[in-house]
Amino acid sequence: MKHEEKHISSYSSLAIILVVLLSLTAVSVWVTGFHFGSLAVVIALVIASIKVRTVITYFMHLKFESRIMKLMVTGVFGLYALVIIITFVDYYFR
Amino acid sequence: MSVPTNHEEHIDSETGKLGMWIFLFTELWLFGGLFLVYAIFRAKYSADFHTGAAELNAFIGTVNTVVLLVSSMTVAMALTAVQKGDRRLALFLVFLTLVLAAVFMVNKYFEWAHKFEYNLFPGSEVLKNLPRGELLFFGLYYMMTGLHALHVIIGMILLSVNIVKIRSGAVNSERYLMLENSALYWHLVDLIWIFLFPLLYLIT
Repeated sequence: MKHEEKHISSYSSLAIILVVLLSLTAVSVWVTGFHFGSLAVVIALVIASIKVRTVITYFMHLKFESRIMKLMVTGVFGLYALVIIITFVDYYFR
Repeated sequence: MSVPTNHEEHIDSETGKLGMWIFLFTELWLFGGLFLVYAIFRAKYSADFHTGAAELNAFIGTVNTVVLLVSSMTVAMALTAVQKGDRRLALFLVFLTLVLAAVFMVNKYFEWAHKFEYNLFPGSEVLKNLPRGELLFFGLYYMMTGLHALHVIIGMILLSVNIVKIRSGAVNSERYLMLENSALYWHLVDLIWIFLFPLLYLIT
Protein backbone atom coordinates (compact mmCIF):
# COMPACT_ATOMS: atom_id res chain seq x y z
CA MET A 1 0.00 0.00 0.00
CA LYS A 2 1.73 3.09 -1.21
CA HIS A 3 -0.52 5.90 -0.16
CA GLU A 4 0.02 8.86 2.06
CA GLU A 5 -0.33 7.80 5.64
CA LYS A 6 -2.14 10.90 6.75
CA HIS A 7 -3.45 13.25 4.13
CA ILE A 8 -5.18 16.26 5.62
CA SER A 9 -7.47 18.19 3.28
CA SER A 10 -6.80 21.92 3.46
CA TYR A 11 -9.62 24.32 4.32
CA SER A 12 -9.17 26.18 1.05
CA SER A 13 -9.41 23.04 -1.11
CA LEU A 14 -12.64 22.04 0.68
CA ALA A 15 -14.03 25.52 0.10
CA ILE A 16 -13.17 25.30 -3.61
CA ILE A 17 -14.99 21.95 -3.83
CA LEU A 18 -18.06 23.57 -2.27
CA VAL A 19 -17.98 26.36 -4.87
CA VAL A 20 -17.78 23.73 -7.63
CA LEU A 21 -20.73 21.82 -6.14
CA LEU A 22 -22.84 24.96 -5.75
CA SER A 23 -22.07 25.98 -9.34
CA LEU A 24 -23.17 22.55 -10.59
CA THR A 25 -26.38 22.88 -8.56
CA ALA A 26 -27.00 26.29 -10.14
CA VAL A 27 -26.45 24.79 -13.59
CA SER A 28 -28.91 21.95 -12.97
CA VAL A 29 -31.57 24.38 -11.71
CA TRP A 30 -30.89 26.70 -14.65
CA VAL A 31 -31.05 23.88 -17.21
CA THR A 32 -34.50 22.74 -16.04
CA GLY A 33 -35.75 26.24 -16.91
CA PHE A 34 -35.62 25.17 -20.57
CA HIS A 35 -38.06 22.45 -21.36
CA PHE A 36 -35.84 19.86 -22.91
CA GLY A 37 -38.32 17.08 -22.22
CA SER A 38 -36.76 13.69 -21.67
CA LEU A 39 -33.31 15.12 -22.35
CA ALA A 40 -33.67 17.16 -19.14
CA VAL A 41 -33.73 13.90 -17.16
CA VAL A 42 -30.46 12.84 -18.72
CA ILE A 43 -28.81 16.23 -18.15
CA ALA A 44 -30.01 16.43 -14.52
CA LEU A 45 -28.73 12.93 -13.78
CA VAL A 46 -25.39 13.53 -15.48
CA ILE A 47 -24.88 16.68 -13.37
CA ALA A 48 -25.96 14.78 -10.23
CA SER A 49 -23.45 12.03 -11.04
CA ILE A 50 -20.63 14.56 -11.43
CA LYS A 51 -21.62 16.09 -8.07
CA VAL A 52 -21.69 12.68 -6.37
CA ARG A 53 -18.31 11.82 -7.81
CA THR A 54 -16.88 15.12 -6.56
CA VAL A 55 -18.27 14.59 -3.05
CA ILE A 56 -16.90 11.04 -2.87
CA THR A 57 -13.48 11.99 -4.24
CA TYR A 58 -12.80 15.05 -2.09
CA PHE A 59 -15.24 15.38 0.81
CA MET A 60 -15.24 11.63 1.46
CA HIS A 61 -11.53 11.62 0.87
CA LEU A 62 -11.53 8.61 -1.45
CA LYS A 63 -8.79 10.11 -3.61
CA PHE A 64 -6.37 9.61 -0.72
CA GLU A 65 -7.53 6.18 0.40
CA SER A 66 -5.97 2.81 -0.29
CA ARG A 67 -6.44 1.09 -3.62
CA ILE A 68 -8.73 -1.62 -2.19
CA MET A 69 -11.11 1.09 -0.97
CA LYS A 70 -11.19 2.77 -4.38
CA LEU A 71 -11.76 -0.58 -6.06
CA MET A 72 -14.67 -1.42 -3.76
CA VAL A 73 -16.42 1.91 -4.19
CA THR A 74 -15.98 1.89 -7.97
CA GLY A 75 -17.15 -1.73 -8.08
CA VAL A 76 -20.31 -1.16 -6.06
CA PHE A 77 -21.30 1.96 -8.00
CA GLY A 78 -20.53 0.15 -11.24
CA LEU A 79 -22.72 -2.75 -10.18
CA TYR A 80 -25.56 -0.36 -9.38
CA ALA A 81 -25.21 1.29 -12.79
CA LEU A 82 -25.39 -2.19 -14.34
CA VAL A 83 -28.58 -3.00 -12.43
CA ILE A 84 -30.17 0.23 -13.71
CA ILE A 85 -29.16 -0.52 -17.30
CA ILE A 86 -30.38 -4.13 -17.17
CA THR A 87 -33.68 -3.10 -15.57
CA PHE A 88 -34.32 -0.49 -18.24
CA VAL A 89 -33.35 -2.81 -21.07
CA ASP A 90 -35.81 -5.30 -19.61
CA TYR A 91 -38.49 -2.62 -19.26
CA TYR A 92 -38.22 -1.25 -22.79
CA PHE A 93 -37.74 -4.52 -24.66
CA ARG A 94 -40.08 -6.88 -22.94
CA MET B 1 3.13 -2.10 3.74
CA SER B 2 4.43 1.15 5.07
CA VAL B 3 5.32 1.16 8.72
CA PRO B 4 3.05 3.37 10.79
CA THR B 5 4.25 4.82 14.07
CA ASN B 6 1.57 3.03 16.01
CA HIS B 7 0.71 -0.24 14.36
CA GLU B 8 -2.47 -1.03 16.27
CA GLU B 9 -3.97 2.37 15.68
CA HIS B 10 -3.22 2.13 11.99
CA ILE B 11 -5.06 -1.20 11.67
CA ASP B 12 -7.93 0.17 13.72
CA SER B 13 -8.60 3.17 11.54
CA GLU B 14 -8.12 1.40 8.19
CA THR B 15 -10.48 -1.46 8.94
CA GLY B 16 -12.88 0.81 10.79
CA LYS B 17 -13.19 2.97 7.73
CA LEU B 18 -13.52 -0.06 5.47
CA GLY B 19 -16.37 -1.31 7.63
CA MET B 20 -18.06 2.08 7.41
CA TRP B 21 -17.81 2.04 3.62
CA ILE B 22 -19.35 -1.45 3.50
CA PHE B 23 -22.22 -0.17 5.61
CA LEU B 24 -22.59 2.81 3.28
CA PHE B 25 -22.87 0.38 0.34
CA THR B 26 -25.92 -1.21 1.97
CA GLU B 27 -27.38 2.29 2.34
CA LEU B 28 -26.70 2.96 -1.32
CA TRP B 29 -28.67 -0.16 -2.26
CA LEU B 30 -31.50 0.71 0.12
CA PHE B 31 -32.02 4.03 -1.65
CA GLY B 32 -30.90 2.63 -4.99
CA GLY B 33 -33.83 0.21 -4.97
CA LEU B 34 -36.22 3.10 -4.38
CA PHE B 35 -34.59 5.14 -7.16
CA LEU B 36 -35.10 2.23 -9.51
CA VAL B 37 -38.78 1.88 -8.57
CA TYR B 38 -39.16 5.62 -9.06
CA ALA B 39 -37.43 5.52 -12.45
CA ILE B 40 -39.60 2.72 -13.81
CA PHE B 41 -42.88 4.23 -12.62
CA ARG B 42 -41.80 7.59 -13.95
CA ALA B 43 -41.27 6.02 -17.37
CA LYS B 44 -44.66 4.31 -17.11
CA TYR B 45 -46.71 7.26 -15.81
CA SER B 46 -44.67 10.21 -17.05
CA ALA B 47 -47.65 12.59 -17.35
CA ASP B 48 -48.84 11.91 -13.78
CA PHE B 49 -45.33 12.24 -12.40
CA HIS B 50 -45.02 15.54 -14.23
CA THR B 51 -48.18 16.84 -12.51
CA GLY B 52 -47.05 15.50 -9.15
CA ALA B 53 -43.57 17.01 -9.38
CA ALA B 54 -45.08 20.38 -10.31
CA GLU B 55 -46.76 20.39 -6.87
CA LEU B 56 -43.39 20.35 -5.12
CA ASN B 57 -41.68 23.55 -4.10
CA ALA B 58 -38.47 23.65 -6.13
CA PHE B 59 -37.30 26.68 -4.16
CA ILE B 60 -37.30 24.86 -0.81
CA GLY B 61 -35.67 21.92 -2.55
CA THR B 62 -32.89 24.15 -3.88
CA VAL B 63 -32.36 25.83 -0.50
CA ASN B 64 -32.09 22.43 1.17
CA THR B 65 -29.59 21.28 -1.45
CA VAL B 66 -27.39 24.30 -0.71
CA VAL B 67 -27.77 23.74 3.05
CA LEU B 68 -26.69 20.10 2.77
CA LEU B 69 -23.75 20.88 0.48
CA VAL B 70 -22.47 23.56 2.87
CA SER B 71 -22.93 21.20 5.84
CA SER B 72 -20.95 18.55 3.98
CA MET B 73 -18.09 21.01 3.68
CA THR B 74 -18.25 22.09 7.33
CA VAL B 75 -18.07 18.49 8.56
CA ALA B 76 -15.12 17.81 6.22
CA MET B 77 -13.45 20.93 7.61
CA ALA B 78 -14.17 19.77 11.16
CA LEU B 79 -12.18 16.61 10.40
CA THR B 80 -9.30 18.75 9.12
CA ALA B 81 -9.47 20.86 12.30
CA VAL B 82 -9.36 17.75 14.52
CA GLN B 83 -6.46 16.32 12.53
CA LYS B 84 -4.60 19.61 12.97
CA GLY B 85 -5.42 19.58 16.68
CA ASP B 86 -7.57 22.70 16.60
CA ARG B 87 -10.26 21.64 19.06
CA ARG B 88 -12.16 24.91 19.30
CA LEU B 89 -12.54 25.23 15.55
CA ALA B 90 -13.52 21.55 15.25
CA LEU B 91 -16.23 21.99 17.87
CA PHE B 92 -17.52 25.09 16.13
CA LEU B 93 -17.60 23.36 12.73
CA VAL B 94 -19.39 20.25 13.99
CA PHE B 95 -21.87 22.50 15.78
CA LEU B 96 -22.37 24.49 12.56
CA THR B 97 -23.05 21.23 10.70
CA LEU B 98 -25.63 20.36 13.33
CA VAL B 99 -27.30 23.76 12.93
CA LEU B 100 -27.42 23.33 9.14
CA ALA B 101 -28.94 19.87 9.59
CA ALA B 102 -31.59 21.45 11.82
CA VAL B 103 -32.27 24.10 9.15
CA PHE B 104 -32.78 21.28 6.65
CA MET B 105 -35.28 19.57 8.93
CA VAL B 106 -37.18 22.81 9.61
CA ASN B 107 -37.48 23.39 5.85
CA LYS B 108 -38.69 19.82 5.45
CA TYR B 109 -41.25 20.40 8.17
CA PHE B 110 -42.65 23.47 6.41
CA GLU B 111 -42.67 21.64 3.11
CA TRP B 112 -44.57 18.65 4.47
CA ALA B 113 -46.89 20.80 6.60
CA HIS B 114 -47.85 22.73 3.48
CA LYS B 115 -48.73 19.47 1.69
CA PHE B 116 -50.71 18.25 4.68
CA GLU B 117 -52.80 21.43 4.55
CA TYR B 118 -53.97 20.35 1.11
CA ASN B 119 -54.64 16.88 2.52
CA LEU B 120 -51.80 15.45 0.52
CA PHE B 121 -50.49 12.98 3.06
CA PRO B 122 -50.13 9.22 2.93
CA GLY B 123 -53.49 7.55 3.35
CA SER B 124 -55.60 10.71 2.89
CA GLU B 125 -58.82 10.59 0.87
CA VAL B 126 -57.55 13.27 -1.51
CA LEU B 127 -54.42 11.26 -2.23
CA LYS B 128 -56.34 8.00 -2.67
CA ASN B 129 -58.56 9.57 -5.33
CA LEU B 130 -55.69 10.92 -7.39
CA PRO B 131 -54.79 9.19 -10.66
CA ARG B 132 -52.66 6.09 -10.12
CA GLY B 133 -49.43 7.71 -11.33
CA GLU B 134 -49.78 10.71 -9.01
CA LEU B 135 -50.56 8.42 -6.11
CA LEU B 136 -47.36 6.53 -6.87
CA PHE B 137 -45.42 9.77 -7.16
CA PHE B 138 -46.53 11.05 -3.76
CA GLY B 139 -46.07 7.62 -2.20
CA LEU B 140 -42.48 7.53 -3.43
CA TYR B 141 -41.96 11.16 -2.51
CA TYR B 142 -42.96 10.56 1.11
CA MET B 143 -41.10 7.27 1.30
CA MET B 144 -37.83 8.61 -0.13
CA THR B 145 -37.76 12.01 1.57
CA GLY B 146 -39.01 10.43 4.81
CA LEU B 147 -36.31 7.78 4.79
CA HIS B 148 -33.78 10.46 3.96
CA ALA B 149 -35.04 12.69 6.80
CA LEU B 150 -34.62 9.72 9.16
CA HIS B 151 -31.01 9.54 8.04
CA VAL B 152 -30.60 13.25 8.71
CA ILE B 153 -31.88 12.70 12.27
CA ILE B 154 -29.49 9.78 12.81
CA GLY B 155 -26.69 11.96 11.41
CA MET B 156 -27.61 14.71 13.87
CA ILE B 157 -27.39 12.25 16.76
CA LEU B 158 -23.97 11.09 15.53
CA LEU B 159 -22.76 14.69 15.23
CA SER B 160 -23.95 15.44 18.77
CA VAL B 161 -22.03 12.44 20.10
CA ASN B 162 -18.97 13.78 18.29
CA ILE B 163 -19.32 17.17 19.98
CA VAL B 164 -19.26 15.42 23.37
CA LYS B 165 -16.29 13.26 22.35
CA ILE B 166 -14.25 16.15 20.96
CA ARG B 167 -14.96 18.08 24.16
CA SER B 168 -13.88 15.23 26.40
CA GLY B 169 -10.82 14.60 24.25
CA ALA B 170 -11.89 11.08 23.24
CA VAL B 171 -11.73 12.33 19.66
CA ASN B 172 -8.37 14.03 19.15
CA SER B 173 -5.66 14.58 16.56
CA GLU B 174 -4.38 11.02 17.16
CA ARG B 175 -7.71 9.16 17.25
CA TYR B 176 -10.48 10.56 15.13
CA LEU B 177 -12.07 7.51 13.51
CA MET B 178 -15.40 8.28 15.17
CA LEU B 179 -15.54 11.72 13.57
CA GLU B 180 -14.21 10.37 10.27
CA ASN B 181 -16.93 7.72 10.03
CA SER B 182 -19.65 10.12 11.17
CA ALA B 183 -18.47 12.53 8.48
CA LEU B 184 -18.66 9.71 5.90
CA TYR B 185 -22.23 9.02 7.03
CA TRP B 186 -23.09 12.69 6.78
CA HIS B 187 -21.65 12.86 3.26
CA LEU B 188 -23.81 9.89 2.31
CA VAL B 189 -26.89 11.81 3.48
CA ASP B 190 -25.72 14.58 1.16
CA LEU B 191 -25.10 12.14 -1.72
CA ILE B 192 -28.61 10.72 -1.52
CA TRP B 193 -30.09 14.20 -1.54
CA ILE B 194 -28.00 15.10 -4.60
CA PHE B 195 -29.96 12.41 -6.48
CA LEU B 196 -33.31 12.99 -4.78
CA PHE B 197 -33.31 16.70 -5.55
CA PRO B 198 -33.27 16.54 -9.37
CA LEU B 199 -35.41 13.38 -9.47
CA LEU B 200 -38.23 14.82 -7.36
CA TYR B 201 -38.06 18.57 -7.68
CA LEU B 202 -36.39 19.47 -10.95
CA ILE B 203 -37.52 16.97 -13.56
CA THR B 204 -41.02 18.17 -14.22
